[in-house]
Amino acid sequence: MSILIKGGRIIDPANNIDMIGDILITDGLIDKVAASLTAKEAEVFDAQGLVVCPGFIDMHVHLREPGFEYKETIATGMRAAAVGGFTTVCCMPNTDPVCDNRAVATFVAETARRNKLINVHPIGCITKGQKGQEITEMFALAEAGCVAVSDDGLPVMNAEVMRRALEYSSMIGMPVIAHSEDNRLAEEGQMHEGYYSTLYGLKGIPAVAEEAMVARDILLTEMTAGRLHIAHLSTGGSLHLVREAKSRGIRVSCEITPHHISLTDQALADYDTNFKVNPPLRSQQDVKALIQGLCDGTVDCMATDHAPHELEAKDCEFNLASFGISGLETAIPVTIEYLVKTGLVNISQVVKAWTAGPARVLGLDRGTLTPGKAADITIIDIEATKTVNSELFESKGKNTPYQDMTLQGWPVATLVDGRIVAEKGRIV
Amino acid sequence: MVFKHRKDLLGLAELNRAEIESIINTAVPMKDILTRDIKKVPALRGKVVCTVFYENSTRTRTSFELAGKYLSADTVNLAVSTSSVQKGESLKDTIKTIEVMGTDVMVMRHSMSGAPHYVARNTKMRVINAGDGFHAHPTQGLLDMYSIREKKGTLDGLKVVILGDIQHSRVARSNIAGLSKFGCEVRVVGPSTLMPADIENMGAKRFYNIEEALDGADVINVLRLQLERQKKGLFPSVPEYAENFGLNRKRLSLAKKDVLVLHPGPMNRGVEVASDVADSAFSVINEQVTNGVAIRMALLYLMIGGASE
Amino acid sequence: MALVEKKKIMDENGVRRAITRIAHEIIERNQGVNDLAIIGIRRRGGPLAERLAVKIGEIEGVKIPVGILDITLYRDDLTALGPNPLVHRTEVGFDLQNKTVVLVDDVLFTGRTVRAALDALADLGRSRCIQLAVLVDRGHRELPIKADFVGKNVPTSKKESISVKVTEIDGIDEVVIEEKT
Repeated sequence: MSILIKGGRIIDPANNIDMIGDILITDGLIDKVAASLTAKEAEVFDAQGLVVCPGFIDMHVHLREPGFEYKETIATGMRAAAVGGFTTVCCMPNTDPVCDNRAVATFVAETARRNKLINVHPIGCITKGQKGQEITEMFALAEAGCVAVSDDGLPVMNAEVMRRALEYSSMIGMPVIAHSEDNRLAEEGQMHEGYYSTLYGLKGIPAVAEEAMVARDILLTEMTAGRLHIAHLSTGGSLHLVREAKSRGIRVSCEITPHHISLTDQALADYDTNFKVNPPLRSQQDVKALIQGLCDGTVDCMATDHAPHELEAKDCEFNLASFGISGLETAIPVTIEYLVKTGLVNISQVVKAWTAGPARVLGLDRGTLTPGKAADITIIDIEATKTVNSELFESKGKNTPYQDMTLQGWPVATLVDGRIVAEKGRIV
Repeated sequence: MVFKHRKDLLGLAELNRAEIESIINTAVPMKDILTRDIKKVPALRGKVVCTVFYENSTRTRTSFELAGKYLSADTVNLAVSTSSVQKGESLKDTIKTIEVMGTDVMVMRHSMSGAPHYVARNTKMRVINAGDGFHAHPTQGLLDMYSIREKKGTLDGLKVVILGDIQHSRVARSNIAGLSKFGCEVRVVGPSTLMPADIENMGAKRFYNIEEALDGADVINVLRLQLERQKKGLFPSVPEYAENFGLNRKRLSLAKKDVLVLHPGPMNRGVEVASDVADSAFSVINEQVTNGVAIRMALLYLMIGGASE
Repeated sequence: MALVEKKKIMDENGVRRAITRIAHEIIERNQGVNDLAIIGIRRRGGPLAERLAVKIGEIEGVKIPVGILDITLYRDDLTALGPNPLVHRTEVGFDLQNKTVVLVDDVLFTGRTVRAALDALADLGRSRCIQLAVLVDRGHRELPIKADFVGKNVPTSKKESISVKVTEIDGIDEVVIEEKT
């Protein structure tokens, strides 16, 4: 069983490849990558005019199952990921019950395996019940398939607990993914604190609510030799702290989301709850700083923070609405529209942030087109334009701020282990 | 005409100067009606005005209710405490109910900023924002501007001080939004813990020293201090607030000789404003209430008087 | 739909003579000017009322109280005027109690304006009686209303309209029949 992907622009940042060429896939693995290949018995995929990349990895999604199946299930989330061009996702543990033990982690991993389609790795909790008090059985979580620990959605306010988590996880080699938010500074906050929160009369979440925690956790990481990953980093100040920490050799990495590089706090003028997200949409200067961080390598990867919600959670007063954006099915076009089309970031760097970047953070043996590796491939038409229509989402979460926007650069095919799982917006 | 192409009144920021002037101009003949023996005209016969207040305010609600009645509209209050809202009905369902009962204008007060915008998007009724969270209180802004113009003859170029808790004040925001369209120099003054971020970008000058702020002022709009802010730790004590930010006779003398003192009410006498100032000849606090009815009559007339199309 | 001037039925002199005649008729009818007040309906009834008051004052040697009535908020045909026509002040600076009020308008047509004006007057106070003076009566009444004093009766068709211009507002005194084309 072979597939020959012919004539595409192959972008494989981990191997410094950006060329027009062919990829031969045999038995689910990358067989050969070269300028021109022939294989008589292989099925041919004509990729002329398309970009062929390693499979995209989204290391930060909420699949909501168990407990919130009315928002999303593991199955629907996987379909959304496949259609969105993702071959691997890592799902956050803030389900009900939370993923703080072997049983829940196993349930998530097994449910995903049964659904086939794409790779799903659970992320376990840092603390039991996400209460921020006692650290979880991280050895057991790792055995059950967890690739990292995080209390995402909630900060670990107690510095002593965070210290122990960083120390303990370092034995297993799992990164601690921090939801950096001082919840006193951010209390009751609805949006970024600044001119627009003043204008719209909404309680602000100051940048320092994130930055103070990023600074604390960087110092704890330095002390413990643990590995810290900052989830959904959103401010220029946080980025500055990470850049400085990296220059001192501290093992910290960070991710940014498509919405934080494409939208600003100004967008809340109509109190559209689809723009309500945590961390909040920040200022124009923050957006610039994040994109700069992507260019200079301070930002390790991008991640969607896919947070699907049922209609009712968003169809209400702004203060009562849930935070979050359903992001899997718009991530690729948003990054191409706002980063590549604008000329701000070259496509290779963008691809890296979605492939080799997250693979390296989590130690996944994916994210490259190196022969012998699993044939996870994302094929993108960077010229294609389409108007976002959430009604057509595979995800149960229709909560997108990009509704009715025309974006450029859509995934056309998603291959997992050499099998086409999604093509032209549809599950195969 | 203001509401020809505009369904709702949600804030003053979106109105232009001519539209604000037209509302204030219409309030002048409305105020005449208030001073007559027979305080009623048939202009809004057969129209229905519903006030829905998710936050207590006898003053604003009564003002709207009377405004509607003076124009012969039928006015209904949805008393939120006794309604199905308490049973957990969603705002969306409440609005639909009010709409299908034949309401033409919904007057809405809500503790959450943007709630009227949400309602306006979900109904064919016209919506008047009677105060939403910290965001806007457009009819208060208009009545303040009307009160100032009535006494000063003009709004252009006046120095207007807004004194108090700017952070949590929709009155402050609506005044800044409206007055800045008339070239007023708007100064905001209050404790730094009650001052919102980047207020300068709205077109106001920020002061922390009340004496400096009052220098040469034409108008002082004193805001009500919500005493519960103290419990949240936003200022240390009421006496310290009164000492440093209360408007008293001595401070009043720093302003122009014909300064006007406004207060949206209800007042904490002796806290944000001294009693002798509130009751002085400089004070237009009681007239604000009358003007409030006139402004709301003008708005109701402009929104639902005349042809529906 | 354009309006074309068809016939001029009064010029400056015609208007002046009509006012003079009506002034005499008012005095005649009321056997003097005791408790007389003149109130014009905004807009063109305003200046006409003012002129009538001056004329009567000249004849009788007294000052006649005069006011202006804005009837916008009393109209039953608001819808016909488009969205929210401008509201102006009613300026009646005297008590109507026991006054003989002469209501003045430029043209009497359907009677709806006068009906609204009567309601508006009633809300200002209880006058002893109300009389109606118009510069032109063009017919086509839709309500049982009749003018007490008429400058000129002008039979018209519904296709026609009457344009009254007064110097105070339009810079010229004239009455013209126009026709819709």
